[in-house]
Amino acid sequence: MQALYAQLLVGLINGSFYALLSLGLAVIFGMLNIINFAHGALYMMGAFVAYFLLNLAGLNYWWALLVAPVVVGIFGMILERTMLQWLTGLDHLYGLLLTFGIALIVQGVFQNYFGSSGLPYAIPDQLKGGVNLGFMFLPIYRGWVVVFSLVVCLATWYLIEKTQLGAYLRAATENPTLVRAFGINVPRMITLTYGLGVGLAALAGVLSAPINQVRPLMGADLIIVVFAVVVIGGMGSIMGSIITGFALGVIEGLTKYFYPEASNTVVFVLMVLVLLVKPTGLTGRAA
Amino acid sequence: MKTTISALLLGTALTLASAGLASAQDKTVKIGSLSDQSGLYADLAGPGSTLAAQMAVEDSKLKDKGWKIDIISGDHQNKPDIGTTIARQWFDVDKVDVVVDVPNSGVALAVNNVVKEKNGVYINSGAATSDLTNAQCSPNTVHWTYDTYMLAHATGQALVKAGGDTWFFLTADYAFGAALERDTTAVVKENGGKVLGGVKHPLNTADFSSFLLQAQASKAKIIGLANAGGDTTNSIKQAAEFGIGKGGQKLAGLLLFLTDVKAIGLETAQGLNFTETFYWDLNDQTRAFSKRFSERMKNNAPPTMVQAGVYAGLMHYFKALEALGGNPHDGAKIVAKMKEIPADDPLFGKGVVEANGRVTHNAYLFEVKKPSESKGPWDLYKLVGTVPGDQAFTPLSQSTCALLKK
Repeated sequence: MQALYAQLLVGLINGSFYALLSLGLAVIFGMLNIINFAHGALYMMGAFVAYFLLNLAGLNYWWALLVAPVVVGIFGMILERTMLQWLTGLDHLYGLLLTFGIALIVQGVFQNYFGSSGLPYAIPDQLKGGVNLGFMFLPIYRGWVVVFSLVVCLATWYLIEKTQLGAYLRAATENPTLVRAFGINVPRMITLTYGLGVGLAALAGVLSAPINQVRPLMGADLIIVVFAVVVIGGMGSIMGSIITGFALGVIEGLTKYFYPEASNTVVFVLMVLVLLVKPTGLTGRAA
Repeated sequence: MKTTISALLLGTALTLASAGLASAQDKTVKIGSLSDQSGLYADLAGPGSTLAAQMAVEDSKLKDKGWKIDIISGDHQNKPDIGTTIARQWFDVDKVDVVVDVPNSGVALAVNNVVKEKNGVYINSGAATSDLTNAQCSPNTVHWTYDTYMLAHATGQALVKAGGDTWFFLTADYAFGAALERDTTAVVKENGGKVLGGVKHPLNTADFSSFLLQAQASKAKIIGLANAGGDTTNSIKQAAEFGIGKGGQKLAGLLLFLTDVKAIGLETAQGLNFTETFYWDLNDQTRAFSKRFSERMKNNAPPTMVQAGVYAGLMHYFKALEALGGNPHDGAKIVAKMKEIPADDPLFGKGVVEANGRVTHNAYLFEVKKPSESKGPWDLYKLVGTVPGDQAFTPLSQSTCALLKK
């Protein structure tokens, strides 16, 4: 029983990464109608920026949490301005192919310069060590990841669903022409939204840098699972993606305990089941 | 009509004659460096192995003696089906004579069959499974550098003797992990130890916390990591996070490469014990080679043991070619010659190519240095013991290779 608690908690930790990443995807899909396959590469860039900040500029982890999402977010906004914006109104497939291509290029460039085994990034001193919870030894850093990502997820949800700015955003996706007539600069808002989604990916990258190796393929390995999470949760649903992110982390954690060989397929089995029963995802609305 | 027939006859005769001439002086060799070029094993083998092959060609000076040697490389992406497809195409279309490197035991075993079928030469340096020279042995295969038997015996024995008599395994769920766990379990039991359990994880896993918790709960003294590359670095890094070392349990990286230790960083990796057969800083000869190698390598990385094995294996292959004088297309014949010549190269020292294809040479027990002991970016290991070649690898009396039953 104790072991089970431990696995639940570990699942929650992984779930926080799924939640942060799928949230970014959901924001981008909801507002821009783009299936952002470059998300994994941008997540990886977040981790690399953290590494560079530490080793080249001497800026520690806490600065990286702040700076990396901004840097990668700006990179994302440049992508949106120069390439993605031309795809407005076209089939989803075009956005998917373009972002997939961008992901391959970015990963290829990083791999060329940094190899595949990755670079070390240490846990910040303040978060080193762990506490014994009785049923498991919880590294403080992992606890921090859960709490921090939960706060970020809820803040993003609040921003989009409950504020004036969020209302403009949602209105702009429904009817951009009408919103423009009210004197709101819709293209700029779209660019900023993409920047926000990308920033969330980079933030997840910084969070994961001390746990995993900072590797060019760290995003590619993760992104497919995250897409399954988004599909299960329902494309474009903010709360749906947060909840499914955490839930699937837990389910995966339990699988690792009961039948580890299936741990990297269980998410996809669930995806198939959900698609069979409810093709719009658990919380998705029919288009 | 008559003239046509005589012209045809003349033509055929000429063709036959030229073909005969060609085979007498055929000194054309094509080397295929088959590896994981972009995945988790790309740094420890990959492009570096192709560079090692190029250096072997240059150092052999065979080109000055009229040989024409080409190298091509391929990416098997850790998928046996892709690996065999490339190997088949190499033999059928590109006329490759020798396949080198091939990390990933699953791919290595699949390619082993293709090379045997096509009567090529297979100098494997990247894969770990000891099956290549046991149940799956082939007259066309030479296995350089290391194998699971060697890793299990050198590291396993040392740890059990130092008091680590209860084990729990984290095993990569494919041919290599299974072989390494099997061989290590045998060693642990032989030396009076006990295996308390284990868990199989999928290849290329990012998060090991669930598995590490199970290992922690087992209370085993040693947590054996029967995995490789990125899987090993992630397990070690995350084990430190979960306080596994401090709780009295010890990690045994059964297979660690230079690039892995570099990637983990000395801070986390210090004190780890493991076995390799090559390290760039062993002696003057390894240092000289490594200096030349790293100057041509991206990131200026020195060679791993796999890359060194590609070099050494090819150097030995070239010796066999020279001894045969030409016509390098009968793989089994060349491998037979390779077994006759004693192995002796600057990187691995003296060794023997056994009848089952296993190359035996010294194995070294290393310990990862403390950050304070390291004097350079790649100054990572200190030598703690040497296992002589005749003890490090499967004794022929225990080998299950069918080639031995004649």
